[in-house]
Amino acid sequence: MRIGRYVKPAPLNFLIKFLNRTVESLMMARKVVITGLGATTPIGGDVPTLWENALKGVSGAATLEDSWVEEFDLPVTFAARATVQPTEVLTRPETKRMDPSTQFAVVASREAWADSGLSKDDIDQNKLAVAFATGIGGVWTLLNAWDTLREKGPRRVLPMTVPMLMPNGPAAAVSLDLGAAAGAHTPVSACASGTEAMHVGLELIRSGKADVVMVGGAEAAIHPMPMAAFSSMHALSRRNDDPAKASRPYDIDRDGFVMGEGAGALVLEAEEHALARGARIYAELAGSSVTSDAHHITAPDPDGMGATRALKAAMFDGRIQPEDVVHVNAHATSTPVGDAPEYTALKNALGDHLDNVWVSATKSQMGHLLGASGAVESVLCALAVYHRTTPVTINLDNQDPAIPLKVVTGKPEALPAEGNIVALNNSFGFGGHNAVVAIRSV
Amino acid sequence: MASNEEILAGLAEIVNSETGLDEADVQLDKSFTEDLDIDSISMMTIVVEAEEKFDVKIPDEEVKNLKTVGDAVNFIAGAQA
Repeated sequence: MRIGRYVKPAPLNFLIKFLNRTVESLMMARKVVITGLGATTPIGGDVPTLWENALKGVSGAATLEDSWVEEFDLPVTFAARATVQPTEVLTRPETKRMDPSTQFAVVASREAWADSGLSKDDIDQNKLAVAFATGIGGVWTLLNAWDTLREKGPRRVLPMTVPMLMPNGPAAAVSLDLGAAAGAHTPVSACASGTEAMHVGLELIRSGKADVVMVGGAEAAIHPMPMAAFSSMHALSRRNDDPAKASRPYDIDRDGFVMGEGAGALVLEAEEHALARGARIYAELAGSSVTSDAHHITAPDPDGMGATRALKAAMFDGRIQPEDVVHVNAHATSTPVGDAPEYTALKNALGDHLDNVWVSATKSQMGHLLGASGAVESVLCALAVYHRTTPVTINLDNQDPAIPLKVVTGKPEALPAEGNIVALNNSFGFGGHNAVVAIRSV
Repeated sequence: MASNEEILAGLAEIVNSETGLDEADVQLDKSFTEDLDIDSISMMTIVVEAEEKFDVKIPDEEVKNLKTVGDAVNFIAGAQA
């Protein structure tokens, strides 16, 4: 692209040269790669366990043992708890000063950091950033403090309450933990938040503001109030008698999502930075996009137009053709209204090639981690293109004929052994938020 | 009513849970800020938890006078009386 090819008045020469350089530098965007992975989830407290179970096909959902389920007579009595609680791995002062959502974030980001092989000595902290998302934030801290205020008065509300309940708590704690001084961002877009964090991280590196970004998402909302609220809107499955079968994306008997908790974290790194230190590279974060439906506060656009635009824009951003795409980790929460528009959007973006694409709905296994889900599913996409195999979908007994996707069930499916392959990760959130990332093999 | 030894032990427990410091390091002559490196938010947390544990009131204007662990033990013992 050249500006002023035909008309070049002398006084404009400098301006034209400047504009051309800007256009060229924008078109030669830095490549961004994924060099570290971390996760703490309902099907594994670290990435190796998560991956092993994601290939096997297990359910993380179970009846809740908490006394508040009976106390409030909740209509939904089960959820997908993280298999390893942060209190088992963090110190007492850490858990006391951090909301559970932040605790999950710190656990996952420490695993990702260790996995990347980075040390604080080989990075300029002014080029190390954080983009850590949450959907709901410090809901446990907020509501515990409210209970304390009502029962014991204002004096008993602890001084750490505000920094613990704020939604930027996870990002702030991770930046403190790593010494990341190039900004700590908190994308908040409900269940799209974790994937939006990937988008923010990609932009930070491309723009040169950071060389390394710890991105991720964390959520800890298995609390009676959010459980009651999601139940009120009939978003949660009520399969109380069989929790392991409750999350069943694409099945005709799906009746809502299963609340999960945990965190996912990824180390994004400028390619030249990763190559210079001989890092192990899982995959390239090739493209990303965020759009909004502007349709309804909770219902997805039934034609999937916002999601379509997000998919097409992420593919354009990554110079990806439909034929390059071999795998999709779908948003697929298992709600009756949510699963179908995503199919429409994928069809719009990939056309007939969609018939060749293996789709995994991993929320069937671990439930819906809300603001953490996009990050955990991005971890799974990075592993899928790295190992060239897919996680499985469980509980798909009778596939909804309105959603004729090629779904991975029963056993993992091998992805093409040769050539560059691309996996897409979709996340959508209340508010009409759509976030898509494209992850390419290297 | 708690004895001075019991108050010291109770404070040490609160300090340990807030900061991770060894309970044995919480001694009467130790300064909260200089020896134990406790910041103002942690100090206020310790005060609130001590009020609850020992059923006393520690007014905000008194907190700045509690420079050492011994000062706090003495204040709490006096407030209980």
